[in-house]
Amino acid sequence: MAEPQRARPKPTPETQHFWEGTKAGELRLQRCDACAHVYFPPRPFCPTCASRKVSVFKASGKGFLYSYVINHRPAAPGFTPPYAIAVVELAEGPRMMSNIIDCPQTPEALELDMKLEVAFEALDDKITLPVFRPAKG
Amino acid sequence: MRMNQVAVVGAAETTELGVIPNMSQLQLHADAALNAIADAGLKLSDIDGFATAVETPQQVCHYLGIKPTWVDGTSVGGCSFMLHVRHAAAAIEAGLCKTVLITHAESGKSMIGKAPRSIPADSLQGQFEAPYGVYGPPSMFPIPVLRFMKSHGITHEQLASVAVVQREWAARNPRAMMKDPITVADVLNSRMIAYPFRLLQCCLVTDGGGALILTSADRANDFPRRPVYIMGTGESVETPMVSQMETFNSSRAFKTAGPLAFKEAGIAHRDVDHLMIYDAFAHLPLFGLGDLGFMPHEETGKFIADGHTRPGGKLPLNTNGGGLSYMHSGMYGMYALQESVRQMRGIAPAQVPGAKISVCHGVGGMFAASGTIVFTNER
Ligand SMILES: [Zn+2]
Repeated sequence: MAEPQRARPKPTPETQHFWEGTKAGELRLQRCDACAHVYFPPRPFCPTCASRKVSVFKASGKGFLYSYVINHRPAAPGFTPPYAIAVVELAEGPRMMSNIIDCPQTPEALELDMKLEVAFEALDDKITLPVFRPAKG
Repeated sequence: MRMNQVAVVGAAETTELGVIPNMSQLQLHADAALNAIADAGLKLSDIDGFATAVETPQQVCHYLGIKPTWVDGTSVGGCSFMLHVRHAAAAIEAGLCKTVLITHAESGKSMIGKAPRSIPADSLQGQFEAPYGVYGPPSMFPIPVLRFMKSHGITHEQLASVAVVQREWAARNPRAMMKDPITVADVLNSRMIAYPFRLLQCCLVTDGGGALILTSADRANDFPRRPVYIMGTGESVETPMVSQMETFNSSRAFKTAGPLAFKEAGIAHRDVDHLMIYDAFAHLPLFGLGDLGFMPHEETGKFIADGHTRPGGKLPLNTNGGGLSYMHSGMYGMYALQESVRQMRGIAPAQVPGAKISVCHGVGGMFAASGTIVFTNER
């Protein structure tokens, strides 16, 4: 029997650019050409002003730890508890859920507001997940 | 909506609460509905409006043999029933129907006749949350709490005291699942579920249901029970993705629904005799006290830890024991409404003496939705 796998995202036409980006080692966000609002998750219009003129751009990949839990039970398939489920606030403004790698999964090591940088974890040949690690320096 | 034009004239929970292995979810709906019909002294054929969540109105109406001329299938999570009350009150006032039945039931523990909740892989949640190991409400609902605590100076001990105080209320309620007294230390030493939350800060998982019957206030005195009037209502939604809330320092849905209901009722916070704030997890009463405007968020932890919401306190809160100690089938909003109605009828197991105004505040999903109802027993 195969090991239980972590949930695999299935891209839609509106999110394709994001998942192509992570595969290429880029965290891609969208910016409204009309009002400059930067937003996430992906959609082909601005949720602030409704303009359909929006651009995809490569984000800096920098952010900070906004909040998290350390999940003990029940664990999701493909995860070994305890593991942190984090929300990262990106330098460009939007927040996204992620995991924190290269860091003990403890309250002592996971300090709110700690600086983070994006890393990429290939799940298979189709999907690469953006995750975050403590920023160097 | 104008205040006090519509009243609750029937209210009941399922005959049993807790573990009910001999009933499907659909039958739990029927059990609650039949109890509420009997409570109101009505026949099923008197019902011309119907609302429910998760199960469809057509499913439950057909099962019960109801032929409605108005239905509402709003399904936004555990506060759906607050929204049903709001919508039903508006429908009765508009003349779309006369007598509305609202049902909730969930085989949350026994899982009989209940479709499993799943997240499609191509939904936004499936793409941008599920891959990071979220697995059910305990892994998601507490995600905002560390930021909330840091921003507002809330301590772990204060958060633990929420569970302690609610257990005090539950001890007065024969139908509560958990009645043994607990201490802050017990809470902080209970099994870790999702840091910072431990077992005693997470809701129960049970089977059960409840039903309400609403009609025009002008007819309300023709029923056997003391009428409970709908004084004010509010509702809103924010996002199905907890990671995408505008802020973790408050809930936008709470801050919209709560003040709407207060404004409609024309009441101030000091007028509130009894308060229910849906407590799937221990941080929700703190969000609620702040977002509904009872006090700044910074004071909410101390307020509860100091005993102001406990039996005999100045703001009795979650007097049935709440989702933490009374019961929680998965969509607890109906049980919060039932307790508000009992308090307004003057028949609650832990009755607040002389209570005239009750505020009942619900959450749906993980801060995804919210509904608030202000009840009164005086017209
Ligand atoms: Zn814009």
